[in-house]
Amino acid sequence: MRLSTYILRRVAMLIPVLLGVLVIIFVIAYVIPADPARAWAGPRARAEQVQVLEERYHLNDPIYTQIWIYLKNVVLHFDLGVSPTTGRPVRDDLKAFFPATFELAMCAFFLAIALGIPLGVVSALRRNRPTDHFSRVIALTGVSTPLFWSALLLQFLFYYKLGWLPAMGRSTIDITRYTGFVLIDSVLNWNWTAFGDAAIHMILPAATLAFYSMGYLVRITRGSMLEVLEAEYVITAKAKGLPRKIVIYRHALKNAIIPPLTVLGVEFGWLLGGTVLLETIFAWPGMGRYAAGSIVMVDLPAVVGYTLVVAMIMLLSNLVVDILYSVIDPRIRVGGKRR
Amino acid sequence: MRIPGSMLFSSRYRLLQKRLHPITKEWGLTFYVLRHSTLAVVGGLIALAFIFIALFGAMLAPYNPISANIQDRFQPPSASHPLGTDTMGRDVMSRMLAGAQHSIKAGLIVLAIAVPLGVLLGGIAGLFGGWIDEVIMRVTDMFLAFPSLVLAMAFSAALGPSLFNAMIALSIVWWPMYARLVRGQALAVRETSYVEAARSRGASNWHIMFKHILPNCLSPILVTLTLDMGWVITAAASLSFLGFGAQPPIPEWGRMVSDGRIYMLRAWWMSVFPGLGIVLVVLGFNLLGDGIRDSLDPKLRRLTEVTWKPEKTSSSSTD
Repeated sequence: MRLSTYILRRVAMLIPVLLGVLVIIFVIAYVIPADPARAWAGPRARAEQVQVLEERYHLNDPIYTQIWIYLKNVVLHFDLGVSPTTGRPVRDDLKAFFPATFELAMCAFFLAIALGIPLGVVSALRRNRPTDHFSRVIALTGVSTPLFWSALLLQFLFYYKLGWLPAMGRSTIDITRYTGFVLIDSVLNWNWTAFGDAAIHMILPAATLAFYSMGYLVRITRGSMLEVLEAEYVITAKAKGLPRKIVIYRHALKNAIIPPLTVLGVEFGWLLGGTVLLETIFAWPGMGRYAAGSIVMVDLPAVVGYTLVVAMIMLLSNLVVDILYSVIDPRIRVGGKRR
Repeated sequence: MRIPGSMLFSSRYRLLQKRLHPITKEWGLTFYVLRHSTLAVVGGLIALAFIFIALFGAMLAPYNPISANIQDRFQPPSASHPLGTDTMGRDVMSRMLAGAQHSIKAGLIVLAIAVPLGVLLGGIAGLFGGWIDEVIMRVTDMFLAFPSLVLAMAFSAALGPSLFNAMIALSIVWWPMYARLVRGQALAVRETSYVEAARSRGASNWHIMFKHILPNCLSPILVTLTLDMGWVITAAASLSFLGFGAQPPIPEWGRMVSDGRIYMLRAWWMSVFPGLGIVLVVLGFNLLGDGIRDSLDPKLRRLTEVTWKPEKTSSSSTD
């Protein structure tokens, strides 16, 4: 199969999955709660006000009509509905909150890769030596520590006790926004104080998130590196007297890197999921905090919109990884019928 | 193969000698390797201690974990209150002892719902293949694409926040992984010659599922189950932390961390100790799960055999 055909087929397969996600979240969001319109209108609302809301959000229609109307709006107008609590279109809300979350997730993602993969490789090379034990303990502790607790602890330590890092929020310096990503915008503004401020705000949340998601990467990298180091071609390379560095980098690492690559998609999904907790604790103005707030307010259009966007990102990140994977290892594309 | 004299009296050799059912023998060997891994033993001990506390913690608690005792509020850790007291003067250690049961209940209930569901669906998908497989796997993809914590939060919010609803919510997002795992195994087992032999004998699909596919899935499921116990406990604690799980005055550990959050400067022990408890328990299950995984891995098994020999020869030289 050619690469372009493969990509097209995978993209086409996304559509039914996304549709299913929409149906599931609709069923959960709209069928179970007793009376969303009453919750939106507030406890002292008159019956007519509740009725107006019910009309506007088609709450009295059967579920399939609701899904159909929603779908029509999404596909035709790219419209995710209006949030009853903020009174703004959900699309605009998400657009405003998306960059903060994405920036945080990306920073944590690269931090996790930059720390996790080398740690896994070193761990494999120094197997059963102190370095190996150390990195395994780090990885396991990271995986075992609940995100909310490590966030709280780091906040306590680095803000309250040491006063080195800010505990909450994003950047406080006003700059012209081009992209919504503060780190990029401050560079575009050529404003290095703003960049420093944004970076300092980023450290704690990104480090917490990276520490949490790094463990899995360390484990996979270590395992795959150990396996490759025992492979015959590596032994041959060693036997013919190649320097250790060349054997490790050119023969072993190149092949060992494929399994960690495949979990990167899952990894990114975890990071995005983790942002819900993290943004609440660090008062980070992102989508996760928006979603958590919307759930409390029974703001169904916002919850459905958020879920759709996140599901889309997760599916796309998995797709990107699969494509990357098949570029590196062409056997994947051909072996569609592998048992 | 000649067996060295020093091996004759080892428990491993005795195990190999016995005429046991192959599956029993296999598990015996696994347990043998597991017992010789320090980290796995430590993990197992932590897990056992946690289960013990969950069962008897409420009885062991020196103070009442629920009722307020205002004059003792915000006591730092001391001899009478080893982990301090909270905003209402309740002993943190007593609350933690009494609260352990909620975490383990969450773990057990979620896995008790999610695992059979996932195993059944995965088994059906792998066994029958074709369009059934396609449909089940696409549904699995949908659930895997969800932001699971948000789905659980939405579900819990819709049903009304309580620990029980949080568990239901978590079970709904937890089964797809098991479905994938069992399907993969089923696909592999389906092609083996013994399944073919069973089929030629006229065995039904259910027979193949229960006699051939499920026993083959047992060890990967066991590993995932042990590791997942930690994950579910963390997830339930996270939901409680956000206010979608246990409601006060239930002393659930995640909830206790969240309750202590605003008093961090005044009484750090309120949040730090319950969180530490979660870390320890999850670490225990992770160590145990890793240990089981390693002891099931034939490659690593060979390694323990290799490291085990010199130790025995040194003992035989003293004979």
